[in-house]
Amino acid sequence: MSAITDTALQAAPATQARGYWATVGRRIRRDKVSMVCAFILVLIFMSALLAPWLGLADPYQGSMIRRLRHIGTPNYPLGTDELGRDMLARLVYGGRLSLLIGILPVILAFMIGTSLGLVAGYVGGKLNTAIMRTVDVFYAFPSVLLAIAISGALGAGIVNSIVSLTIVFVPQITRVAESVTTGVRNMDFVEAARASGAGPFTIMRVHMLGNVLGPIFVYATGLISVSMILAAGLSFLGLGTKPPEPEWGLMLNTLRTAIYVNPWVAALPGAMIFAVSICFNLLSDGMRSAMDIRN
Amino acid sequence: MLVYIARRIVYVIPIVASVALVCFLLVHITPGDPLVAVLPADASQELAAQLRTAYGFDRPLPVQFGLWLWRALHGDLGNSIATGRPVLSEVLRAVGNTVTLAIAAASIGFTLGLFFGLIAGYFRDTWVDKVATSIAIAGVSVPHYWLGMVMVIIFSVQLNWLPAVGAGPGGSGAWGWDWEHMKYLILPAITTSVIPMGIVTRTVRALTGDILSQDFVEALRAKGLRETDVFRHVIKNAAPTALAVMGLQLGYMLGGSILIETVFSWPGSGLLLNSAIFQRDLPLLQGTILVLALFFVALNLLVDIAQASIDPRIKRS
Repeated sequence: MSAITDTALQAAPATQARGYWATVGRRIRRDKVSMVCAFILVLIFMSALLAPWLGLADPYQGSMIRRLRHIGTPNYPLGTDELGRDMLARLVYGGRLSLLIGILPVILAFMIGTSLGLVAGYVGGKLNTAIMRTVDVFYAFPSVLLAIAISGALGAGIVNSIVSLTIVFVPQITRVAESVTTGVRNMDFVEAARASGAGPFTIMRVHMLGNVLGPIFVYATGLISVSMILAAGLSFLGLGTKPPEPEWGLMLNTLRTAIYVNPWVAALPGAMIFAVSICFNLLSDGMRSAMDIRN
Repeated sequence: MLVYIARRIVYVIPIVASVALVCFLLVHITPGDPLVAVLPADASQELAAQLRTAYGFDRPLPVQFGLWLWRALHGDLGNSIATGRPVLSEVLRAVGNTVTLAIAAASIGFTLGLFFGLIAGYFRDTWVDKVATSIAIAGVSVPHYWLGMVMVIIFSVQLNWLPAVGAGPGGSGAWGWDWEHMKYLILPAITTSVIPMGIVTRTVRALTGDILSQDFVEALRAKGLRETDVFRHVIKNAAPTALAVMGLQLGYMLGGSILIETVFSWPGSGLLLNSAIFQRDLPLLQGTILVLALFFVALNLLVDIAQASIDPRIKRS
């Protein structure tokens, strides 16, 4: 009796048609590169999140007598910085601000840009022209210049750096969202929803959003790498985080003076930015090809 | 073709006007008076009012914009608060150095990018492809200001082969195309070239793959064409898009040079922008951004026209 039930249970999923997202999920789990990147990112995220409980040294506590120790010094596995603070602790704690200022702008821009693009693409007409021509203006600036111009005008600070990067990414996501929405707008199921009396807001929320979110999401994950580099870059220039906060871009800046004394310790924060940025890029590539069901 | 060029130029006018508006407003999004930052803390009310009138900050915004635009159209972007010299001449001198750097970086980045992209696309899914795509992904992911630091660590600090900062011996401003000056260009140029190299590789690889999978390639092979001749067709078809991407990248190198120029103290527009920001030199900030954005718009226009002239399909659409 029980044997039969077991076989029946095991056989059941095979006959069930797999949904689109389940297929995408399965394809990405099979992709070794994506999985390794996801693992590294989870590791960096978790250590940043759990930093206070990892038994690390105080990232703010410096000492003049133990400045710029080399990598591998006992008690200081990754050495110390120019003020004698433990590098390992600062790199782990640094993940908190660096990831926040790198990822938050993309999340904000994703929400704003998707809404703008969805409305522009669905409503069309004059509203579309108004939104898309405004977006075009921001395309007249190279993104690094725009980010620095806005942060430079607003002044240094974490909030200002997040605001300026959000402004840089909103037009890019709006463009993608608009073109995807325009492609979906005239499909039969939207027509059917309209014929059955659904209002524009319901159509956008219920019928369109689910169909346009995937491509926009993949595009946005690709932006995280750029955002990480730019956010740390703003701090590197002195436009983002302020000392003594541990943040990778700022650490790279303050350690620049130490490259003649202890070069490899000075290069460590940049290696962290590089690691996060390349993992997000590879993960985004993996997601793109997993979602491209044609191959 | 002339009609196409005329249409593109007409389309650029509102963009240029909006760019000018954005640059103008940049100074005014700062909370409070643009002068607050440059006035000494103990400045009297009279002095502040006097300066405000002198710079025209007491007038209504639209009037200020009109006046600023009118002067800008006549090549007057005001004077730098820090140095007192005209903004335009300061910016143009610095842009010259940035152009030198961008062209050097472009010749390295584009050559490598085209080469890697073509072989990766042609030998898709082989080890050649894997190596080329890995280099490309590292190129687009690397924080270039950090790469600059690493280059300085290796080639200046450890090996002592090349100078770490500046654009010439003795800190002189004049640039020359001799080895003494070129030594200063090598590290910043290589560092700048990494991102465009990665992006061009990725674009060209995808393009080559797409073109090779099209039916006409099959037909060319069936016709008995040699692989080298097939390859020529691939290049011809990939050229317009590749050109557009390279044009955009050149624009990014010119406009986004601030991080690299800060690392290497390269006396270009990025370093000028950096000092304008930190000295709160608002006319200089405004002027530098305006000139760089206009360069970018003009470059995009040129690329569009070049693209249309080599690809007749674009004009028709």
